Amino acid sequence: MLRDIFNKKRKYASLPNQEGKQDVPEGLMQKCPGCNKIYYRKELERNLNVCPHCDYHHQQNAYERLESLLEKDSFEEWDKYMISTNPLGFPEYEEKLEKDRKKSGLNEAVITGKGKIRGYETAIAVMDARFRMGSMGAVVGEKIANAIEQARKEKIPFIIFTASGGARMQEGVISLMQMTKTSVAIQRLHSDGGLMISVMTHPTTGGVSASFASLGDFNFAEPGALIGFAGRRIIEQTIREKLPEDFQTAEFLLKHGQLDDVVHRHDLKNKLETILSIHQPGGELS
Amino acid sequence: MKQVLDFEKPVIELRGKIEELKKLTQESEMDLSEEIETLEQRLEKLEEDVYDRLSPWNRVQMARHPERPTTLDYIHSIFTDFMELHGDRLYGDDEAIVAGIANYKNQPVTVIGHQRGNDTKENLRRNFGMPHPEGYRKALRLMKQADKFNRPIICFIDTKGAYPGKAAEERGQSEAIARNLMEMAGLTVPVVCIVIGEGGSGGALALGVGDHIHMLENSTYSVISPEGAAALLWKDSNLAQNAAETMKITSYDLKELGIVDKVIPEIRGGAHRDIKAQSEKIDQILQESLENLKSLSKEELLESRWEKYKKIGDYTTLPL
Repeated sequence: MLRDIFNKKRKYASLPNQEGKQDVPEGLMQKCPGCNKIYYRKELERNLNVCPHCDYHHQQNAYERLESLLEKDSFEEWDKYMISTNPLGFPEYEEKLEKDRKKSGLNEAVITGKGKIRGYETAIAVMDARFRMGSMGAVVGEKIANAIEQARKEKIPFIIFTASGGARMQEGVISLMQMTKTSVAIQRLHSDGGLMISVMTHPTTGGVSASFASLGDFNFAEPGALIGFAGRRIIEQTIREKLPEDFQTAEFLLKHGQLDDVVHRHDLKNKLETILSIHQPGGELS
Repeated sequence: MKQVLDFEKPVIELRGKIEELKKLTQESEMDLSEEIETLEQRLEKLEEDVYDRLSPWNRVQMARHPERPTTLDYIHSIFTDFMELHGDRLYGDDEAIVAGIANYKNQPVTVIGHQRGNDTKENLRRNFGMPHPEGYRKALRLMKQADKFNRPIICFIDTKGAYPGKAAEERGQSEAIARNLMEMAGLTVPVVCIVIGEGGSGGALALGVGDHIHMLENSTYSVISPEGAAALLWKDSNLAQNAAETMKITSYDLKELGIVDKVIPEIRGGAHRDIKAQSEKIDQILQESLENLKSLSKEELLESRWEKYKKIGDYTTLPL
């Protein structure tokens, strides 16, 4: 309103009530960014980290993902202790890696290995955004390429869950070359007739979106996941235009023909099982 | 008049002075040949100091020089009978990438490259050499054509990056780049990539899966621009000069990191000083590359490409 411009009265932002904050003990309760409802973390976990009220898909970490998909005790992890060096001598990089190892309990931003999904043996890679925002450096590239190559050799399907901010700045052009490394591995898998399924989860951007995430025989995404190449802010600055709210969401990509489907986390296992069964030697449709 | 970069000002000034003295000698009776000789020696020394020890940031400036030769400049001076081919057959023709067939020493080849403009008008048409998905898809279409007819492929890389626009995202920028990486991996003809200016991130990489990768001495190849890196890492894009050092983006850095096969020397003062002489240097290395790759069978070519990329990137084992 025009009148507001001349109003000398200062306006104050309201800060959240400190007492109110203390009502929710850290870790026990969780507020949903989708519907603002507060519920027990346990309740959320039982529901595969999907909000029971509004279906908002909270991030699942790599171990939660594996546990929710694989048969109990079927997982054999590969390259578990492979860790990054500091190839460019980048200041403070080692410290940051060490901090994230402690914080997340992971050695790098991806877990790879072999496990069974309802009886189907599968090579699987799950990225975890808690480690350096899931960014791809030499270790992420190497582990994923190894897993793809192993799937090819064992003639088993390869499934990848992506969650990544893109290339890892601290490894510069080496991280860029991991896009090539993983893509060459996928080319070998495809040319040998291997099956690859990509499931893009929040967020899948930059170099990861522009390499293996987009190269499955089937490309799926979770509802609401942010997926794109360039960052929203960069695009807005470049084209000097405000982008629509749903820009670069899974639903936006589906509408523009970039995805096979957007799959609710509760339906994912069934969908994967169907695809795996169809593509097994001696499977229903083969 | 060539555009002068800040660090080369002393050279240009001295060169100007020598020209002046020469003119003076011609016009008047004075004999200044001794002075001119001294100054020419000084110029030689100064040029050495300035151009033979360029900082990473100086090289970034060189790579971005408005007069730096473009893909088409090199195509016309290295190849004959270039026939440009257009369009991705899906959406449109992206002029940020030029592609076509040409003759290279009596051998048909396919040549593809990012294309900047020479002036503002052309830059607008070519989107400053920043491609949309249809550019990458055009490139791929013509690489497949080359594969079918057993023609070697030469890619010139010169882009700030894939265009960060709304339409580019809608049409699948990620998918287009990813597909090129994967499909290039499976080409059964030799692919030689030459970075001639800026090699910006995924947009460069989408033409960059080669059996050999060479870089002009003053070109750069990086995951992000120095300005972008500085903004992201230190929240200050003014620290771009530092980022240019830290990020290791020069031809010599990439050679050391084992990513680039050969650094192609530039004429002193930069490729734009003499396109013809520069083309000859590129030509020589290109010829060597294609000669080497010719001896490989299709299977060997694919296997060596896999090995080349598989070994990029160091890692270690967590001490227990």
